[in-house]
Amino acid sequence: MPEQFEHMVAAQNVTFSYQETAQPALSDVSLAIQPGEFVAVLGHNGSGKSSLAKLCNALHLPTSGTVTVCGMDTQDEAQLWNIRQHAGMVFQNPDNQLVSTIVEEDVAFGLENLGTPQPEIRPKVDEALRAVSMYEYRASAPHMLSGGQKQRVAIAGVLAMAPRVMILDEATAMLDPSGRREVLATMGRLHKERGITVIWITHSMSEAATAQRVVVLNEGKLALTGTPREVFRQVEQLRALGLDVPPMTEMAHALRQRGLELSDDILTVKEMVEELCRLSSRA
Amino acid sequence: MPIVIQGLTHTYMQGSPFQATAVHEVSLTVGDGEFLGLIGHTGSGKSTLIQHLNGLLKPTAGRVLVDGADVFAKDTDRRAIRRKVGLVFQYPEHQLFEETVAKDIAFGPKNLGLEDNEVDRRVRAACGAVRIDYDSLANRSIYELSGGQMRRVAIAGVLAMEPEVLVLDEPAAGLDPRGRADILYMIQELHAQRAITVIMVSHSMEDVARMVNRIVVMSQGRVVMDGLPAEIFARGEELRGMGLDVPEAVRLADELRAKGFDIPPEACQMEEVRDAILAQIGGAGRC
Repeated sequence: MPEQFEHMVAAQNVTFSYQETAQPALSDVSLAIQPGEFVAVLGHNGSGKSSLAKLCNALHLPTSGTVTVCGMDTQDEAQLWNIRQHAGMVFQNPDNQLVSTIVEEDVAFGLENLGTPQPEIRPKVDEALRAVSMYEYRASAPHMLSGGQKQRVAIAGVLAMAPRVMILDEATAMLDPSGRREVLATMGRLHKERGITVIWITHSMSEAATAQRVVVLNEGKLALTGTPREVFRQVEQLRALGLDVPPMTEMAHALRQRGLELSDDILTVKEMVEELCRLSSRA
Repeated sequence: MPIVIQGLTHTYMQGSPFQATAVHEVSLTVGDGEFLGLIGHTGSGKSTLIQHLNGLLKPTAGRVLVDGADVFAKDTDRRAIRRKVGLVFQYPEHQLFEETVAKDIAFGPKNLGLEDNEVDRRVRAACGAVRIDYDSLANRSIYELSGGQMRRVAIAGVLAMEPEVLVLDEPAAGLDPRGRADILYMIQELHAQRAITVIMVSHSMEDVARMVNRIVVMSQGRVVMDGLPAEIFARGEELRGMGLDVPEAVRLADELRAKGFDIPPEACQMEEVRDAILAQIGGAGRC
């Protein structure tokens, strides 16, 4: 693996088709994700989000173009295990990705597959479980846990392998509100404290609003990219792409349409309250 | 056709070391034509409760009356009750199994022993209700459909039984924003046009605030709140304590009130809060 690399994940002119004849799932996508970035990926079903995710750790290989992870080309078979170790995936359904009957065995699964020496496994598993606040549940059966807890165990399983980038493909879609908050907060902490690069695929606009950058895919192409404020202020375009905007952005849009001179980059309740106070005191 | 739940308790695996009581002494009446939202964190007992409404689960104690008939009395025709009360599970598309869309939707009505032309009429009507184009999709394999279409076909299979009460467990979970909007709009239309009673389990406070007339909140197997959306969402602190939340529109209304804005207490939808803000702003400085 190269010591120095510019981008954590880079896709260059990537086209990907599931079948030769079919409409490509991704066409000519170029995207560079910097080390330490937290990027949200949005797009309706079939827009190419999951294909992009799977290209990031060589579960898919580009039909044309190149994908690099930490400077390693995903087409380079010699680097396959290196790539998978450095780019960890968490999927939507927690029940489909936990393989063991005991939490700590599940977290150890990846390490064992990597051939990690036994004495190193124990401390790595414990550390990963502590990092997601699931250490007390290390001896529990996964099926007895809540959805949010299961997803945190899945995150620990990836984390134990010391990845540089984690790709979460709609990891909160099947969770209740508190489960969603748990998982998002866990990833936010890992990003902040350990500098792990996060690619967060979601249908939730409120989750995307917490990212540093938002990338919107449509029909296999990059449609919009920018900070959450830059992207969400384009309310009409997002609707045309079959997406929503965060509730407060929508409120601001509706109020502006009715003549209030509000800023067009409101994302949160707090910002909305401040803006309305400013307007009403000026009046 | 009211549903009356009286003192219902359900204990899983009673008498075993894994014994767990999921529903504790719940009493609840759902009247004709109501649109009821059932909310609660994972494990609060919502799914266990709704499986009693058409007799899939038997209460450990208490009873359920559908149109006056005790679902678990010896002489009750439970097949008839399952026709009246249609239950749509979470991720119902996982239960599609037939070769084609039309065959899957026809499975229930066929089992009722209906004539072929009546089965066909019901399949077409159910397709219409869920906005699945019969002519182009009836003979397709279910695997050729998008996730949102599969979900709608699964719901059509329940509607083809022509239920009087429709119970849906998180009908929009896992869909993209457009898929969610389509499904929810369809459910609102069913409720409005056919006057059927709808009980919807949801994790989305936004959806519940917009759609239902009444909210029932469950926590740890009990009904802890029951009222109009505005009444329920006025208790934000308690909801958060139970792992739930209020819609962002309600949070905005609360915070604006704290700053001296006059927002009516019943405003809990985006549009209501928006109009209250518009009526307010331009007044004397407050902040």
